[in-house]
Amino acid sequence: MNREDFPLLQEEIIYFDNGATSLKPKCVIDKMNDYYTNYPANAHRGDYDLSYKVDKEYEETRQLVKDFIHAEYLEEIVFTSGTTESLNMIVDGFFANYLEAGDEVLLTTSEHASNVLPWFRLAKKIGIKISYIPLDSNYYVTIDNVKKAITPNTKVISLAGITNVIGDIRPIKEISKLAHEQNIFVVLDGAQMVPHLKVDVKDLDVDFLAFSAHKMCGPTGVGVLYGKKELLEHLEPITLGGGMNESFDNPDEVYLKSLPSRLEAGTRNIAGVIGFGETIRYLNKIGLENIHKRELNLRKYLIDKLIPIKHIDLINLESDSGIVTFNVSGIFSQDVAYYLNKYNICVRAGNHCAKILKSSVGVNNTVRISLYFYNTYEEIDNLIELLSDYDKIVKEMI
Amino acid sequence: MNNEEIRNIIMENYLHPKNRDLPHEDYQKYNTRNESCIDNIDLYIKWNKNIIEDITFSGEACAVSISSTSIMIKNLIGKNANEALDYIHEFYQMTNGEEYNKELLKDAVVYDSISKQGNRKVCANLPLKGIERAILDHLK
Repeated sequence: MNREDFPLLQEEIIYFDNGATSLKPKCVIDKMNDYYTNYPANAHRGDYDLSYKVDKEYEETRQLVKDFIHAEYLEEIVFTSGTTESLNMIVDGFFANYLEAGDEVLLTTSEHASNVLPWFRLAKKIGIKISYIPLDSNYYVTIDNVKKAITPNTKVISLAGITNVIGDIRPIKEISKLAHEQNIFVVLDGAQMVPHLKVDVKDLDVDFLAFSAHKMCGPTGVGVLYGKKELLEHLEPITLGGGMNESFDNPDEVYLKSLPSRLEAGTRNIAGVIGFGETIRYLNKIGLENIHKRELNLRKYLIDKLIPIKHIDLINLESDSGIVTFNVSGIFSQDVAYYLNKYNICVRAGNHCAKILKSSVGVNNTVRISLYFYNTYEEIDNLIELLSDYDKIVKEMI
Repeated sequence: MNNEEIRNIIMENYLHPKNRDLPHEDYQKYNTRNESCIDNIDLYIKWNKNIIEDITFSGEACAVSISSTSIMIKNLIGKNANEALDYIHEFYQMTNGEEYNKELLKDAVVYDSISKQGNRKVCANLPLKGIERAILDHLK
């Protein structure tokens, strides 16, 4: 659906790598071009009309994001460069000052590098302990396993809402409830969730949320850090500079602006933020429920066609998202990706930045298909035809 | 060589590579991996003074990387350090689309056209990068 909105989809290309990044609709590209062409001024310098328009558009995106994730206050929405920067700010700006040696952070083995490495660094720096919530036989997180993993030292649970390899939807609301009963913070990596499912931060009751615009039809280089206002007030800015300070005279007299400006130092990715506003308007028009329903239908269609193919080893048969991970028996995942590339089909091969997942799944590398609403049943038919013919794969993979 | 012959040599070396997963006590280990993809190979090299007496390998990689490793191993065993560096130089010349010595490279010329495939060039070069480090260390 909505294929006509995407310039690239007018070409002969099948794009199945939406977990890495999504395609961009023309309205978003036009909105950014409009900024660069017609009012390319800086933000927060509203002494002249052009700049005033920038402020208006920039802050309108903040309002759109607030409503999109159902946050309580505008100040809770901070623009960053993406999920990775948001997670690093949460770990280094908040938890580095809050946690002490011996405190425990719970992750899972299927987390993306950006929700692992900042915690690893903090562990090395101040001696926190990293533990993992065990995955069940489907590689899912169950509330029972969360209960079992919590110890008296657990202070944070940090996990993805939907993982980028298995595609499982985690029971975040239940996890938050359980965590908060024991004064444990919950950090939600929403990179693979916010583009596909309605996320209501108040209902989920997460303390922090990170996500990126580019995986939801928006521009690269823009992301969001959401935090409950009372927590964000204690998040120390990692980056200092213009736009975030009130005044300064000497090292003892530095006064910072209020939220969210305090956490947005320097000139931000203005075109990206404005483009992101248009992205949210676009997704709102389609409706996230329709997007999710469409992805599930496409996934079921794809899975039903993959199951009978004997040489396909499916890693995540069950999953309520558009992510399908598999291997072609005896063929290295990258060779499968090169083979499909010869037919203009874009898929991802590798470990998908979830490098500790192999300890749970027992497979180092996989082929991943990640669907979005603009994919079609015909595209899946094309893929299935190419994957069904083992001899053809072997013949054409080099 | 026609395309069918090229393909056969690559596939034969991919499916039945030389010296994969052999015991390698007394060998020096060199890991080689590509930043842009997932190829990851451990090379094990044994020297007899200045001569490469043996190379074995283990790891996971695509058909081009594995076959290139196998062909490289066959062609480098028995060479001295400088001869091996010459071979590696000619291989890079080939994968960069420059003039090169076909006789010296023997069956490695199957990667002649890889210079036109940017995303597979790194796969063919992968084992050479690892063994080059091993040789330079040996010459130190």
